[in-house]
Amino acid sequence: MDKRLLDVRNLSVDFHTSHGTVHAVRDVSWHLERGETLAILGESGSGKSVSASAILNLIDMPPGEITSGEILFEGEDLLQMSGERRRKLNGHRIAMIFQDPLSHLNPVYSIGFQIAETMTAHGISKSETRARTIELLERVGIPEAATKVDAYPHQFSGGQRQRIMIAMALALKPDILIADEPTTALDVTVQAQILALLEELQEETGMGLLLITHDLGVVAEIADRVVVMNSGQIVETGTAHEVYHNPQHPYTQNLIAAVPGDGDLAEQVDASVQPILEISDLAKHYGGFVALEGASLTVLPGESVAIVGESGSGKSTLAKTLLRLEEATSGQALFEGKDLLSMSAKEMFDIRRDIQMVFQDPTQSLNPRMSIYDIISEAFVIHPNILPKKQWKARVCELLEQVGLKAEHIHRYPHQFSGGQRQRIAIARALALEPKLIICDEAVSALDVSIQAQVLALLTDLQAQLGLSYLFIAHDLPLVRDFAHRVIVMKRGKIVEQGPVEQIFEAPREDYTRNLIAASLSPDPAEQARRRRALRDMERHPA
Amino acid sequence: MTVSEQTHIGIPEIPDAPNPILRTLRMLWADKFAFVSAMFLVLVLLSAVLGPLLLEDIATKQNLRGRNMPPFDFSKDWQFWLGGDALGRPLLARIIVAAQNTVFVAAGAVFFSLTIGTSLGLVAGYTSKTMSQVIMRVADIIMSFPSLLLAVIVLFMLESSVFNLVVVLAITRIPVYLRTARAETLEVRERMFVQAAKVMGASTPRIVFRHILPVVFPTLVTIATLDFAFVMLAESSLSFLGIGIQPPEITWGLMVAQGRPYLTTAWWLSFWPGLAIILTTLSLNLLSHWMRTALDPAQRWRLENVRKKNG
Repeated sequence: MDKRLLDVRNLSVDFHTSHGTVHAVRDVSWHLERGETLAILGESGSGKSVSASAILNLIDMPPGEITSGEILFEGEDLLQMSGERRRKLNGHRIAMIFQDPLSHLNPVYSIGFQIAETMTAHGISKSETRARTIELLERVGIPEAATKVDAYPHQFSGGQRQRIMIAMALALKPDILIADEPTTALDVTVQAQILALLEELQEETGMGLLLITHDLGVVAEIADRVVVMNSGQIVETGTAHEVYHNPQHPYTQNLIAAVPGDGDLAEQVDASVQPILEISDLAKHYGGFVALEGASLTVLPGESVAIVGESGSGKSTLAKTLLRLEEATSGQALFEGKDLLSMSAKEMFDIRRDIQMVFQDPTQSLNPRMSIYDIISEAFVIHPNILPKKQWKARVCELLEQVGLKAEHIHRYPHQFSGGQRQRIAIARALALEPKLIICDEAVSALDVSIQAQVLALLTDLQAQLGLSYLFIAHDLPLVRDFAHRVIVMKRGKIVEQGPVEQIFEAPREDYTRNLIAASLSPDPAEQARRRRALRDMERHPA
Repeated sequence: MTVSEQTHIGIPEIPDAPNPILRTLRMLWADKFAFVSAMFLVLVLLSAVLGPLLLEDIATKQNLRGRNMPPFDFSKDWQFWLGGDALGRPLLARIIVAAQNTVFVAAGAVFFSLTIGTSLGLVAGYTSKTMSQVIMRVADIIMSFPSLLLAVIVLFMLESSVFNLVVVLAITRIPVYLRTARAETLEVRERMFVQAAKVMGASTPRIVFRHILPVVFPTLVTIATLDFAFVMLAESSLSFLGIGIQPPEITWGLMVAQGRPYLTTAWWLSFWPGLAIILTTLSLNLLSHWMRTALDPAQRWRLENVRKKNG
């Protein structure tokens, strides 16, 4: 029998918690060949990261325990090896990159030092390492590598930091590179660049690339084969093409169906009515830095307007100035004819009932020390004229059912819910004030794809029932396509293009918009290959 | 939109939130260390309240034939079981009587420094920059004085009474709470749930007391329990210098100081009051550890699960 590069056989991992034993991974087998890209696809809690952690001996034991199975690296079982020998393999033969490069780079050491450290730890002489470090930085596309080698992590952008992490992982020419959600925290255009870099490097070195992701688009872009995991078990394996076009397991079918970007477009809202929100020439400067400039847009009653842009485009600043969490530098924002930006505190207090916000991360936007009842009924405490106290409980129950939660969970605390449920609680809290406009700041981007679809469906339902307007801030274009009536594209603090959703997606006028659409990943490998060609063409011949 | 009657039909009867007092007691019972600590602290408090009323005479009665009487002589009256001091006064009775002054000084100083320091820290952390600057510089000034030196100066000028002692000790400890509260407030105010409350229109007091304070509070209480011991010892050093509590008033710290010359011949003079200080501090620490868990909804199950197993 020939020796595979990496062969995981019947691996089971348990975690012993006080709530009982959790079977994180159950009887999982997969293998990775040289020069191959294998993607492990799954949603949060599916166990996709656990098997990779087991390879690098990163599972804390206890509470974790590998109950069965073997991990063969070139035919040798990693689990039977001495700790000393595994340390020699880790980093040298098997390397890993992580989701959030900022938290995995030490802020007090220069990046050159950190890359060199991997090499010195495995016995390469100091004189050699510096030259090699600069060479590596050049290879991963850091400009002016010779001077940047002494810079510190905070001096780089998110994408560059991920490139630095890759350089660090490649320092010892590993045979296997494990990438755990390497592009999740990055903008779409940067994501495309990083994935392209990974692919190039793999072709050059012939290493095996193990990619852990929740994103079908990433799988379509880069993976040769894919392993789909759900609640600790493998539900499906096959080539990326097979799995997308001919999914066997219902879980995979649902997952593919939940991917946004190919649903029906929303019908335009009747434009003859008075807009509910009219922003003109809104600007926000932080000292000399222009975060937002000349932003003008309108929102109609019952309309969903999406604002898309990459990080730093000023889309969140726009939301914050509207809600007076930050004071605008200049401009006007008329809400039902009254200027939000020049209102007194008293007037603003009244208007807060009409404009509510749902934040990106429900884990952080709900006070962990308050029960669900306290969180939602706080709206009634702050605005005492909404409801007499006797009816609070009934109304909170009603709101919970409206967002699809159980009323009997009213005395639970936020940590007892899943991410999607928490976002539902945040929506219920916003609804408690009976607002007319809800600003959603990346409201679903922290959620799994299938949960995203559910939350968006909930928002659409509520819009139909209550006639709400949404200002929906997102970085994910396909997501917006199925949900919004109109789309506004922002870049570096300015609105570059706005129009009905159809126009933006079918006939974008600006290069930037075209770029954004082209860079977003399609879950269909064939479609993704086509997009990639389009993106390359665009780079070669800018219009 | 109003609450319609129909919506009630589908909703099963929702129980009220569990009674907080009952729940707290159950959680206390679940952690046996914390439970014993709480019992011990109740005992100390009872001694502090009732001790001087009941035992004042016994504790001050000199008996020169019983000077430095060794402990564990059970043929004597109960108050001599822990031995007698240099003037033949019963140690056990004196420790019980001294609890009042000790607890009053320590609890008073910790309470005042905790409340004042926390309030100023919240203000400095949440309001304008100027305000914060003023408060922080005042704190810096207080901190730049060695606390004992400050106490010496103040108590030398003022009359040395129990109340003045509390005030001086409280002032010297304020910056500890102030700095911690401010630092934590600066972090918590940027959290998203605070922003969410602002968006709802919550007033500043509401944000500070309902959203920020509960997150900051457990840290401050932990510091306060540690400080309790510090204040007791600081009080005893001041008393030793003759500017704190003056005999015939007694505190545990003073008793330790008075027993010091006899350490080689009669260890029990310092040992028993010292043990009382240690046990009180230990109990407070154990209790604050329990409280950290009990106050945190995400940790609370640790205490509640045990209950289920027992029940």
